[in-house]
Amino acid sequence: MATDRAVHAEGLVKNFGRVRALDGLDLHVDEGSLLALLGPNGAGKTTAVRIFTTLLKPDAGRAQVAGFDVVKEPDRIKAHIGLAGQSVAIDEFMTGRENLEMIGRLYHLSGKDAMRRSLELLVQFDLTDAANRIAKTYSGGMRRRLDLAASLVILPPVLFLDEPTTGLDPRSRRQMWGIINTLVDEGSTILLTTQYLEEADELANRIAVVDSGRVIAEGTSDELKQRVGGDRIEVAVTRDGDLARAVEVARRHLSSDVTIDPHQRRLSGPSREGTRELASLVREFDAAGIEITDLQLHRPSLDDVFLTLTGHQAEEEKTTEPSRRWARRAS
Amino acid sequence: MATAEALAGTRYRPITGRPAFIWALLDALVLARRSILETVRLPELIVFVAIQPIMFVLLFRYVFGGAIHVPGGQYVNFLMPGIFVQTVAFGGVTTGIGLAQDMQRGLIDRFRSLPMSSSAVLTGRTVADLARNLFTVVIMLIVGFIVGFRPGGIPFEFLLGILVLMGFSFAFSWISAFVGLTVRSVEAAQSFGFIWIFPLTFASSAFVPVATMPSWLQAFARHNPVSVLADALRGLFHVNPLLTAADTRSALIQSVAWILGILLVFIPISVLRYRRTTAR
Repeated sequence: MATDRAVHAEGLVKNFGRVRALDGLDLHVDEGSLLALLGPNGAGKTTAVRIFTTLLKPDAGRAQVAGFDVVKEPDRIKAHIGLAGQSVAIDEFMTGRENLEMIGRLYHLSGKDAMRRSLELLVQFDLTDAANRIAKTYSGGMRRRLDLAASLVILPPVLFLDEPTTGLDPRSRRQMWGIINTLVDEGSTILLTTQYLEEADELANRIAVVDSGRVIAEGTSDELKQRVGGDRIEVAVTRDGDLARAVEVARRHLSSDVTIDPHQRRLSGPSREGTRELASLVREFDAAGIEITDLQLHRPSLDDVFLTLTGHQAEEEKTTEPSRRWARRAS
Repeated sequence: MATAEALAGTRYRPITGRPAFIWALLDALVLARRSILETVRLPELIVFVAIQPIMFVLLFRYVFGGAIHVPGGQYVNFLMPGIFVQTVAFGGVTTGIGLAQDMQRGLIDRFRSLPMSSSAVLTGRTVADLARNLFTVVIMLIVGFIVGFRPGGIPFEFLLGILVLMGFSFAFSWISAFVGLTVRSVEAAQSFGFIWIFPLTFASSAFVPVATMPSWLQAFARHNPVSVLADALRGLFHVNPLLTAADTRSALIQSVAWILGILLVFIPISVLRYRRTTAR
């Protein structure tokens, strides 16, 4: 049964009516690692998770989870996975403890084991004080923790987390990240989907960028950043009127490939010589009487990666809403 | 702050080696318990389960009852069997609403990702709704007695009547389950759930004698399963002297046929739909 990959997919296709949700998705998650599936809304992330967790059948392609085929052996897979979906899937009218015990029973643990395991999880997830309160009274962060705990009842070898921090406040998000990092340290294989670049950067061993149902880039965070090129220089000018002249200066010093954000009075371009360029840029701006409020040299962020990889597509027809979100986050 | 220490914990082994039908039963019990807990803990549901049916009994008994004349007996004795059928039919709608709610919250996705019996979510909920309907019927019986309902006949006939009524309740829950799984949103489950129940229960012999309706409606009302069952109950409870033993037997057979027919169709198609459904 064993394969070297815990999750493996080749050429997955899934259509919903005329919408092609997955368009030949290839993916593998190595055993004991976390792969982040990163992409905007509607990229096909949830559809992929649903195929891996046997909730949906692919129209074409093959996928294996924990060594089992998703189409031929769904029942074997179910005994080896945990799923925490996008919405918090807990019963509002049961207590935290009752929720976990129910899931344990449905994994076919004995009543006694389901009880012991639920108490263990409540301690680990810092929910003991709320264990006997109905989940309706829980905060957003507590619900998410309970939901994640429910997916860990049998300590599944493979875990699927579909946007596990969506809607959480920054503190709760940090807390979830801590838990997920611990799980990876302990050897779980995790496929996590996220729209947050920051989250992928923080948690993932490898990142697969998905757009329109296929993986458009894959690698470690560093590898992906390298695809955008080296360091970048970013400048913000004080006065609107100076922006055009500043761009001219930057084009001369950096390269013709300068991007401009007029609202923020910002421009950025690839740096070839790093800090030496900074100095000459400052002198040049000074001589031209251009006042600057910000000047920085930084490694490309995952935001830059996404914009570079999908930039042209985002301008075409689709993803107006998501792409705007990306752009805003990038600024 | 959670879990700087190890998360791993104990890996418990699932129980194996039991046949599938035992698991179907045990899983369904786990989920039936869940649905019953919800009924007990959700105040709105208690209103629906207990107070609304009592109001119906009182309104029909005292508001409409004076104006409605039934041949051969008192209206309260005519009314109670009808209102039992109407109540369990309405009660069945909650099955579909509950499933649609589970779908919206992602619970169905979670259940479907677990190595559990694939019929258990549906049987668990329909059985819980059956228990809830039985509770409602008992409350209505008590209120009925207080306002003058007096069934005759032997206890066996009375219990047979309640049994068939519960069979009908169970069958309607399965129709509702299919509706809930198909429409997949709570609002739609509510409107689609009630829209066909209203004409079915009111264009029937539940509240008024069919003979008082226009002739084109009588054809529908006479063969409507709600009428058939209401008449079977009236016969079994001996509250309508106009019904002969043969009438009662015929209505009873037809009621059982409706129940079995509905279950034979809706159990398989609902389970099939459940296996293919996901949240939006």
